[in-house]
Amino acid sequence: MAEPLREPATSLSVTTHVNGVEHTRSVEARLLLSDFIRHELGLTGTHVGCEHGVCGACTVLLDGEPVRSCLILAAQVDGREVTTVEALAPGPEKLHPLQEAFWDSHALQCGFCTPGILMTLVAYLRDNPNPDEEAVRLALSGNLCRCTGYQHIVDAVLLWAQRAAAVGTVAGGSAADTAAPKPESSRA
Amino acid sequence: MKPAPFAYVAPRSLGEALALMTRHGDEGKALAGGQSLLPVLNFRLAQPAVLVDLNAVPELELLAAADDGGLRMGALTRHRQLEREPLVAARAPLLAEAVHHIAHPQIRNRGTVGGSLAHADPKAELPALAVALRARFKLQREGGERWIDAADFYTGLFSTELQSDELLTEVVWPAQPAGSGWAFEEAARRHGDYAQVGVAAIVRLDDAGRCADARLVFLAVGDGPLVASRAAAALVGEAPGEAPIAAAANVAGEEIEPRGDVHASPEFKRHLARVLTARVLRRAFARATDAGQAEAPRG
Repeated sequence: MAEPLREPATSLSVTTHVNGVEHTRSVEARLLLSDFIRHELGLTGTHVGCEHGVCGACTVLLDGEPVRSCLILAAQVDGREVTTVEALAPGPEKLHPLQEAFWDSHALQCGFCTPGILMTLVAYLRDNPNPDEEAVRLALSGNLCRCTGYQHIVDAVLLWAQRAAAVGTVAGGSAADTAAPKPESSRA
Repeated sequence: MKPAPFAYVAPRSLGEALALMTRHGDEGKALAGGQSLLPVLNFRLAQPAVLVDLNAVPELELLAAADDGGLRMGALTRHRQLEREPLVAARAPLLAEAVHHIAHPQIRNRGTVGGSLAHADPKAELPALAVALRARFKLQREGGERWIDAADFYTGLFSTELQSDELLTEVVWPAQPAGSGWAFEEAARRHGDYAQVGVAAIVRLDDAGRCADARLVFLAVGDGPLVASRAAAALVGEAPGEAPIAAAANVAGEEIEPRGDVHASPEFKRHLARVLTARVLRRAFARATDAGQAEAPRG
């Protein structure tokens, strides 16, 4: 091989787009994406629960697809697009339609799991805008909630779907428009 | 929780990745999807000095039809692709059926086929599926490569033939012969949890409609993929039916060696194995029968 070998490094520079804003930071190689989002960027909406990929609280979108941010290194999102729960609401006075449905359905109690559930669901509903109850429960299976018993979360998703379908009929838009942006690249 | 400090490097070609494995393989680890490695690092159960991140190696991204009707798959193929790519459903339908049991969408978006196969978790689905489908793995090191059958690759608990300077770079899933049927089942406490017992079945019927070949491979009941060869042998020569299926299921329940845990005793796991074996065999034989009828000339 003629090419020079890259040298392993314990710290490195990362440039990433988070919620549409470019950030460049020098980080330790071992820094998890979840800690990068919270501690380096101050975006504390992403919650950290089990820190080993079980609870789903830290779910964010990476290039439009949901991932556990505790199981990715910050170094691995160099050049990529991250979306966190802060990107959902259009402003402080207005919620995302899915958040609105959560509010109306009492779909959160302590709220710790909610950001991860929202980020899981916006991607799911983008791809499946009209799910039935069983499909919603399956879509939620990677996110633990210890308060609600899930019933009101399921109700909220079905309420969102109902409203989105109604909006789709009136405005001619797709229900998926109100969910997550499409992934920018087809890279899986 | 934070991983212990390590040095990180992300090669941009397979040549560079293999050179880095030569240099750092002994003290380092290859990082693919990270869905098993990162938890281990977070708990500090492993403290490698160097992580070689394979995610930017373009040669490992491959999903293509093989000449024999099978499927070629690069190591970086994500679980999500098994779920979504029509080529997988057409050429390795057992994978498409089983992938829904592997964790959750958030995990499947990152987790890779090569990573799961090389990690050799006895509770993982893909190693058992690879043994069931007689997959072949390409292992590469700087300046060399070798191919190995999945059944020979697994040597024990989290142990494989893969050497520290090698990477598992490609998997070939061979086409199944005409008249084959297949099915996968697992029991887990919650959807997406690791299986308490899982089993893949592949059967083939001869022209007379009798079982010519059968293969049953279990996960989560041994140190690695467990081939229940006595149970499978009990089916050969039999016409599909409830009696031979029940007999094979009983043998399978005896043949496995499950360890008890806090959630399930060995006896309960044997019970699960019998029930799941009967289910996969019913479905596999039904598919084999359908396949045979589809091939028969219509009058």
